[in-house]
Amino acid sequence: MAILEVNELTKDFGSTKVLKGISFSLEEGKVLSIIGSSGSGKTTLLRCINGLETATTGKISVNDKVVFDSTVTDKKELKALRHNQQNIGLVFQQFNLFPQYTALGNVTLAMKLAAKKRPDYKKNKKSILEEIDATAKKYLDKVGLSDKLGNYPCELSGGQQQRVSIARALAMNPQILFFDEPTSALDPELTGEILKTIRQLAEDNMTMVIVTHEMNFAKDVSDEVIFMDDGVIAEQGTPEEVLVNPKNPRTKAFLNTYEK
Amino acid sequence: MFLTVTQALLEGFATTLELFIMTLIFALPLGLIISFGSMSKIKPIKWFVRTFVWIIRGTPLMLQLIIIFYVPGMVGMWARDQETTNVFIEWLATWKVMERFSAALVSFVINYACYFSEIYRGGIESISKGQYEACHVLGMSKPQAFFHVVLLQVIKRIIPPMSNEIITLVKDTSLARIISVYEIIWSGEAFIKSDGLLWPLFYTGAFFLLACGLLTILFNKIEKKLSFFSV
Ligand SMILES: Nc1ncnc2c1ncn2[C@@H]1O[C@H](COP(=O)(O)OP(=O)(O)O)[C@@H](O)[C@H]1O
Ligand SMILES: [Mg+2]
Repeated sequence: MAILEVNELTKDFGSTKVLKGISFSLEEGKVLSIIGSSGSGKTTLLRCINGLETATTGKISVNDKVVFDSTVTDKKELKALRHNQQNIGLVFQQFNLFPQYTALGNVTLAMKLAAKKRPDYKKNKKSILEEIDATAKKYLDKVGLSDKLGNYPCELSGGQQQRVSIARALAMNPQILFFDEPTSALDPELTGEILKTIRQLAEDNMTMVIVTHEMNFAKDVSDEVIFMDDGVIAEQGTPEEVLVNPKNPRTKAFLNTYEK
Repeated sequence: MFLTVTQALLEGFATTLELFIMTLIFALPLGLIISFGSMSKIKPIKWFVRTFVWIIRGTPLMLQLIIIFYVPGMVGMWARDQETTNVFIEWLATWKVMERFSAALVSFVINYACYFSEIYRGGIESISKGQYEACHVLGMSKPQAFFHVVLLQVIKRIIPPMSNEIITLVKDTSLARIISVYEIIWSGEAFIKSDGLLWPLFYTGAFFLLACGLLTILFNKIEKKLSFFSV
C-alpha cells in the first residue's frame, strides 16, 4: 500500500511554472531520493506536499487520506484535509533550530505545547512532562547526542545541529520524513555523520524522501530515485536504473557533472 | 546653597523622571501596535501608518511639542469665533489649551512610539522565515510560534537599539522646557534669575549622567542575561 501518493501536482509562482505535473507514489518503509539541478523544483515539491506551500493543481494523499485536492474549493474543507499533513516531518537544509532552547528543549518544545491540550494535562502534568523528556532523550540518543542535551545550538557544530533537528523531527513520530539537502549547509567533513544517521533510519524502515546531491549515498540508501528536471520527473526508477544506467540524456548530462 | 540647589533640582528631576516613565509606559505598547500597523497586509492601513511615522520622525520633537501645546487652543478659539450650528465646529469650540505636562507627555508618547515601532518592525522582520516554518511543520500554531519561539529572539535583537533610544529619551525630556514644563533644566535655570548663579544649570548634567549610567547598567545586565544564545 502506498503511504504517499502525489497526482499531477503543479505549482505556479505568479507566471512561473515551477512544478509542471508531478506524479509518484511511495510505499511504506521505502526510501526515495530526489536528485536534479538547482532550480528544478525539488524544494517546492517537498513544500507543496507538507503544506508549507499550497500547490496550484493536483492531489496528494498520505496513508490513503487526501491531504490536498485542488478540486476542493471550500476553504474549511481544505483546512480539514490539511490536518492530516502533520504526519510528515521535515529536516531543513538550514536546520532552523530554535536558538534560545537547548538541544533537549528544541526536541521537547512542540510536544510540550501539544500536551497542554490533553484533558489530563493539569492532573498529570509532572509525569507527562517527564515522559516527553524521556522520549526526547531517546531520539537524541538515537542521533548520538546524549551528551549534548543541555547545549544550545550556538554551542554545537553544524553536524550536531542538524542531528538535533533530525531528532526534533523524529520526536513528532512522523509517518514520512522529508530531508531537503540535509548536508548542503555543512562542511564536507561533517556530512558523513548526517548520512550515517539517515542510513540508520533507513535500516529502521523509516519512510523517507531525501533531496540530495550526494550521489553515492543516494545509490546506497534509496529504494527508488527520481531525477527532476525543470519541474517534471525526467526519469524514475531503482538507483541502478537512474544513477548507473540512465536512459534520459538529461539524466546522463546531470550525472556527468558529478563525475570526478 | 549646594543643598538648596540640590533640593530644587531634585524637584525638577522628579518631573523629568515622571515624564520619562510615563512616556515609556504608553509608548512601548503603542509602538508595538504601530509596528503591526506598518506591517499590515491591508495596504491603506500600512501606508497611512508609514506616512504618519515618516512625518513624526521627519520633524523635530521640539516642533511637535509646540504644535501639540498651542494648536488645540488655537483651534478652539477659532471655532468659538464661528457663527454656526455645525456640530463638528461646536465640538472643536470645546478644545482648550492642554495642561503643559499633558501636552509634553502626549508629544513624547507619539514621537517615541513611532521610533519604537520602527525598532520593533526591524526586529520582527529580521527573524528568518525558517523559524516560522520549523514551528509549522512541528504542528505549532502561529501564536505559539510567536510567543514561544520568535519573541525572545526579537527581544534580544532589539535590546541594543532600544537602549539607545531610551537613553536618548532621558535627555530629550529636557525639551519640555520649551513649553515651560517645570523639569530639571528649568529648575536649574531659575537660579540664574533669582541668585545670578550659573552652576546649578551645569549641575543638572550630573542628574542626567546618573540616570543614563543606571540605565546603561540595566541594559548591560539584560544583554548578559540573553547572551546564552545567538540569533
Ligand atoms: N516563493 C517563491 N516565489 C517565486 N519563485 C519561487 C519561490 N520559491 C521557489 N521559486 C522558484 O522556483 C524554482 C524552483 O525552486 P526550488 O524548488 O527551490 O528548486 P530546487 O530546490 O530544485 O533548487 C526556482 O526557479 C525558484 O526561483
Ligand atoms: Mg532546494
